[in-house]
Amino acid sequence: MKADGDILATLALQFTIMALLALGGATAVVPEIHRQAVELRGWMTERQFADMFAIAQAFPGPNVMIVTLVGYHVAGLAGAVVTTLAMCGPTALLAGVLARTWDRFKDAPWRQVVQAALVPISVGLVAASAIVLSQVAIRNWVAGVIVAVTAAVAYWTRWNPLWLLGLAGAAGFAGLV
Amino acid sequence: MSDSTASSPPAAPYVPSHSELFFAFVRITLSGFGGTLVWTRRMFVEEKKWMTAEEFNDAYALCQFLPGPNIVNLTSIFGSRMRGATGAFACWSGFLILPFTFMVVLGTLYAKYGDVDMLRRILGGVAAAASGLLIATAAKMAAPVFHRFGPAPFVLLATAVAIGVMRWPLLWVMVVMVPASIALAVWVRR
Repeated sequence: MKADGDILATLALQFTIMALLALGGATAVVPEIHRQAVELRGWMTERQFADMFAIAQAFPGPNVMIVTLVGYHVAGLAGAVVTTLAMCGPTALLAGVLARTWDRFKDAPWRQVVQAALVPISVGLVAASAIVLSQVAIRNWVAGVIVAVTAAVAYWTRWNPLWLLGLAGAAGFAGLV
Repeated sequence: MSDSTASSPPAAPYVPSHSELFFAFVRITLSGFGGTLVWTRRMFVEEKKWMTAEEFNDAYALCQFLPGPNIVNLTSIFGSRMRGATGAFACWSGFLILPFTFMVVLGTLYAKYGDVDMLRRILGGVAAAASGLLIATAAKMAAPVFHRFGPAPFVLLATAVAIGVMRWPLLWVMVVMVPASIALAVWVRR
């Protein structure tokens, strides 16, 4: 029981910190989740981490829901509740409080400076996520080809991403990956 | 749709009830393939006309400015503007209840069948495609940053390398990068 409580407390603390640092949304914290869950604490293997990201992306709902899967994997239903609340609670509270005072700063010059400073950081975090996940997902040359082709198609065409996920799943099913 | 009790004239701004807010977000998550932002805007601005296009953009700008999952923060901002703290909770919980349940079910299935060879292979393919999609998204987001002179491209690259390649802890990278980037932005502006 004590160990369970410890794990839940660790999940609550780490995911709250992550949420407060998640400039640019949920994708920004994927490398940190990987660092904590795979590298630091050994809660899951590289492969399980890649699987969870794949599941969270392939099903409807906001992509922040990967934290629910990770929480469930680490500590069952209680873990899922803790990671989801830690990730989605504190910052939403902050947003709700600020919603009413925000209009006052609409044209403040500092707001524009801060915004200009934060955009490249948040994009850099998304790029970091892409690097970490690609390293995890590329297990052989076929997977590498899938990563490259999907990236190119998604960048240069307006195909629905679900088709790409479906095709790649079919390629995996056929035993290619 | 057929809410006959509230047939108010369009001049008076209509404030939706708590249950209306809750179920509006439940419905948004039901149609959530391809990103919930699209559906949120559609329902709030076009369908129900609870917000104007400007109000929506303004709320979204605030979300991008704040840490945390943008779209979840957006639910809280909407609810708060409509019905205060309890309204924020109605929207927030309406938005999270289905995806949460769904993920717990998937987590249970994964724990049970995650080692089945066929599922491993499928997920291996999907994971590769998902990271390819993320590369494309990162590239699209980075393009406008690189089209400008100034410190922004360097800040972007430094962040990506520190987290993605060096694998340094997020907390320390942010403690250094956020003040540094703000200082550079102020310096460039002068």
